[in-house]
Amino acid sequence: MIRAIIIDDEPLARMIVKEYLQQHSGVELLAECNDGFEGVKAIQQHKPDLIFLDIQMPKINGFEMLELIDHSPAVIFTTAFDEYAIKAFESHAIDYLLKPFSQDRFNKALQKLADQFSSPSHSTVSRPLLETVSQIAPQNQRIVVKNGSKIKIIPVEDVFYLEAADDYVKIHTKEGSFLKNKTMNHFEQSLDKNLFVRTHRSCIVNIQQITRIDPYEKDNHIAILKSGGRVSVSKSGYAKLKGVLGI
Amino acid sequence: MSSSPLTKTKNRLIFSGAWLIWSAMYFKMLFFDWQIEWSYALIDTLTTNGLLLVTCLLVMINLRFYNPTKGKFFHLVILCIAASALYTIIIRFGLASLLTANTSYSLFVEKSIALRFDMAFLITGCAALISTLWHSQEDQRENEHRKTEAEKMARDAELFKLRQQLQPHFLFNSLNSISALAISQPHLARKMIQQLSDFLRGTLKKEEQQQINWIEELQFLNLYLEIEKVRFGHRLSTEITSTPESNSKQLPALLLQPLVENAIKFGLYDTTDSVKISIHAKVENNFLIVIVQNPFDKDTSRPGQGIGFGLSSIQRRLHLLYGRNDLLEASTFNGLYTITLKIPQL
Repeated sequence: MIRAIIIDDEPLARMIVKEYLQQHSGVELLAECNDGFEGVKAIQQHKPDLIFLDIQMPKINGFEMLELIDHSPAVIFTTAFDEYAIKAFESHAIDYLLKPFSQDRFNKALQKLADQFSSPSHSTVSRPLLETVSQIAPQNQRIVVKNGSKIKIIPVEDVFYLEAADDYVKIHTKEGSFLKNKTMNHFEQSLDKNLFVRTHRSCIVNIQQITRIDPYEKDNHIAILKSGGRVSVSKSGYAKLKGVLGI
Repeated sequence: MSSSPLTKTKNRLIFSGAWLIWSAMYFKMLFFDWQIEWSYALIDTLTTNGLLLVTCLLVMINLRFYNPTKGKFFHLVILCIAASALYTIIIRFGLASLLTANTSYSLFVEKSIALRFDMAFLITGCAALISTLWHSQEDQRENEHRKTEAEKMARDAELFKLRQQLQPHFLFNSLNSISALAISQPHLARKMIQQLSDFLRGTLKKEEQQQINWIEELQFLNLYLEIEKVRFGHRLSTEITSTPESNSKQLPALLLQPLVENAIKFGLYDTTDSVKISIHAKVENNFLIVIVQNPFDKDTSRPGQGIGFGLSSIQRRLHLLYGRNDLLEASTFNGLYTITLKIPQL
């Protein structure tokens, strides 16, 4: 039995998935969710094998929701997004269904899923998917993090700096710091390069927060932030910083 | 260039009139002022000014094919001197051989030859100058015409593009809703197909530059809102008010729908609660004022900064249509995002 959840903000869009599922007795529908928040909760609670996921949803979109879950179910996107946008991550999701889709097309998607499950090499699919998505998505305007059981949306302007912390990245903001299970490279790629500069192997700084840059040991510098925070600046980082600040 | 100042009838009349007046004055000068016998004076007048006319025409024809560029006006002067010199030589020998019988007249021709050259130079100079000015003005007019034409085409293309970008997402989601309704509530599906068709026909039929009445735009907008309400169910509600005098006021077609689309997107995607979109129209100082409001989440949104594609394209359209940037304003208050649109009534 495949255990599934539908996450879509349009009731009729959920209804059609439900209706198409009636032909598939091997799929059990555990929950229907209106938005990403409900989605995160339901996934945590039910640990489904499969989610049908819309991309454009209230508050947090489908991609952002996937970033917040620890459990990685198989994903079938159901979206009205243009084909070209979705092609890029096609290979990493089980399938994507362009609305409006037919029962036949829907059946094919489930067949693909069944093939994947039966092949011995099947593993988590969401992680590589997310890496691809972050490369094609426009520069992020916000970062979504989980703080205990709460979901927090941080506008990028509120970020002071980011710091590598083992397998996580520590995001420093005026409301404290948050951990996110991502790489520094990911943030360096996805954040606006005119606003955020990787000053050091382990630091990315919001240049609008910098008040002063002081020399520090040989060849190195240190950036002092408005918040009083201190950020390491390597030799190459200093060159990059000078370029962006125009000095 | 294929035309000259003389292709226009009006200019031909002026030119001939000027020539006649000049010839009459010339005759008067010879006959009364210089006391030359009338037959000699007449022949002199006709030959001299006939030839002058030909010289002027030659200069003007020449300028049809050659337009001096800026700073090369000495070419014009040389042209006029050459034409006048040629003219003077012909006159000198032509008149002399025509009217040799009268020695006092021959003497007069000899004495007046320098004066004749000066006159010819002045008159051909005038003709050349007028002709050149006329041609450069024509050039400029043509350039301007081409420029406005090009601008108009670019503008139309841009408007078309802006409009296209707003549609597909809405269309596909609506079709998906219809697909869902087809089995469970076929009559609703049919109704929605009807509304969607009317809406799409409306967008296809209308020209970008076209102005329509507020009341028509409102009916069109209602089609759109009804469809969106089916899509989002009870999460979306609307409140529309408009003063009676707004009804007949004009606004550009298809301007409001993207604005409301933006408000719906913004409202619905920014909160998980139900959303009320309010639209209010009134008339103030010869402006149709349309206010669109949607709720947003104060904690997570920065509506002031990222107004997004929807609004910037409307701003661009207003600029293209009215050449003004102050017709669309956004403000936030108390968790409400308010767009104020001002349409000048021409």
